Amino acid sequence: MKKLFTRNALITLILMAVSFVVVEVLIQANIITAYYQITLATICINIIMAVSLNLVTGFTGQFSLGHAGFMSIGAYTCGIITVANPTVGGFLTGIVMGAVLAALAGIIIGIPTLRLKGDYLAIATLGFAEIIRIIVQTLDITGGAAGLNGVPKFTNWPWFWFFTVLTIILVNNFIHSSHGRACIAIREDEIAAEAMGINTTKYKVMAFAVGAFFAGIGGALYASTFFFLKPATFGFLKSIDYLVIVVLGGMGSITGSVVAGIFLAVVNTVLAEFTAVRMIIYAALLVVVMIFRPQGLMGSKEITFKLLQKKPQSNKQE
Amino acid sequence: MPILTVNKLTKSFGGLTAVSNVNLQIEKGELVGLIGPNGAGKTTLFNLLTGVYEPTTGDIILETEGRSRKIQGKKPYDITKEGLARTFQNIRLFKDLTVMDNVRIAMHQNIKYMMPSAFLHGIKYHSEEERLVREAEELLNIFNLTDKKQELAKNLPYGEQRHLEIARALATRPELLLLDEPAAGMNPNETAELTKTIAWIREKFGLTILLIEHDMSLVMKICERIYVLDYGMMIANGTPEEIRKNKRVIEAYLGEDVN
Repeated sequence: MKKLFTRNALITLILMAVSFVVVEVLIQANIITAYYQITLATICINIIMAVSLNLVTGFTGQFSLGHAGFMSIGAYTCGIITVANPTVGGFLTGIVMGAVLAALAGIIIGIPTLRLKGDYLAIATLGFAEIIRIIVQTLDITGGAAGLNGVPKFTNWPWFWFFTVLTIILVNNFIHSSHGRACIAIREDEIAAEAMGINTTKYKVMAFAVGAFFAGIGGALYASTFFFLKPATFGFLKSIDYLVIVVLGGMGSITGSVVAGIFLAVVNTVLAEFTAVRMIIYAALLVVVMIFRPQGLMGSKEITFKLLQKKPQSNKQE
Repeated sequence: MPILTVNKLTKSFGGLTAVSNVNLQIEKGELVGLIGPNGAGKTTLFNLLTGVYEPTTGDIILETEGRSRKIQGKKPYDITKEGLARTFQNIRLFKDLTVMDNVRIAMHQNIKYMMPSAFLHGIKYHSEEERLVREAEELLNIFNLTDKKQELAKNLPYGEQRHLEIARALATRPELLLLDEPAAGMNPNETAELTKTIAWIREKFGLTILLIEHDMSLVMKICERIYVLDYGMMIANGTPEEIRKNKRVIEAYLGEDVN
């Protein structure tokens, strides 16, 4: 008997639908005001960026410090296209093109750098992200250092919901496929993975490209939400922000990235009132979490609804 | 018909010649042992055969799936696809993954769905994943690991980890299987059990096996032919009986009675 939806997947889908309706109602009732909609946007972009970075760093084990570079490619592509063609069609084209170009950049950057390991790879990805930033700063079409102004706003809750859910589902599906397991094998033991017939370079580049693709989507949504793009936004610190979410949530846990993405966006909003001590509290919070949960909030576990059943079992019936 | 032919294989690391001018030939269906003192170059030879190292000079010719080709300089994953699988001396399981995942990962090269299906989980995905689970369970059955399929590999007792490594290597559907000290760290009972298992899987899967082993009871019992390596050079080759009597071998390695 083939089952397209397991019980677990069904509950997840229902929860996602409920989250959509609840937030939509809160927006309509003006409980989530325009101010808090910015937080909502940040949450969604955080989730998209962290889940995609988790695929590269948490699941495939490739330490990347260049995720904001891919985000900027998506942001500028979408920005430039929607400035030229301010329609929903233009916006969708912008997102798709942004994602595809970011993925291409991921492949181009991945092929030479992914033969490096650990800290060396981190430095190389950092360097490449800086190169992207400087190219953006030099080009005329991107507005140079002054930035790209007047990007039309198309994003609203339905768009955000759709792309966030899409990212989570697709990345989660990938992780639970043979290709995804090949990526995880690389993290576990590269030599053994090669001996088991896995072309490690290919799957590292693939994970990198997929991660960059979704980072491109995150960037495109960012462009359409925040009106104004400047190269400095997508610097080294932005990459670190998303890496913090991944580590805080747990390397190799998609639900961890979601939880931490929401958590940090909310903390930032709450702390916005205390400008003076904001960064101190934020940093102290991270230190505390890392001391008491060095494996991240979720470790490598996922919140699944199998926990509600009596005994965890193989998800395939015999 | 030889499944593996090694011609004048040499590997130098700087000034050290770890494997020197080695010749070796394994016929289809044979079970061959490779012995030698510590540091003789046995594992280096395995690493050359499986593509972990590139030889300095010499040829490695593999004849599987009815065609013969040189495999020196090829990547390990390409060599695995050609039908040569291995286990590791110092167990290299995917420790934080389940027993089932360890075996399924080794089956990846034979998977019949593409990237889009991996993202969208279509019909093909489901039928293929079911096949993987079924085949993995068959393999785990051989090693009595079915009950532990959801355990993390690192939580298995040592002997079962060794078994899982063999199961995982078999999952790549090899014709030639290289076992690097499969009985290391096992007690005599476990070794006897393993000896039977090796003989059995050889029959069942029609395998050719080359194994490195220090445990002479295992080597002498099941190997039809034995190669002896010392200081990177092949000093002898013959049946267990011949090896037992070979003067050079006794000098170099055994030193004393091998019974």
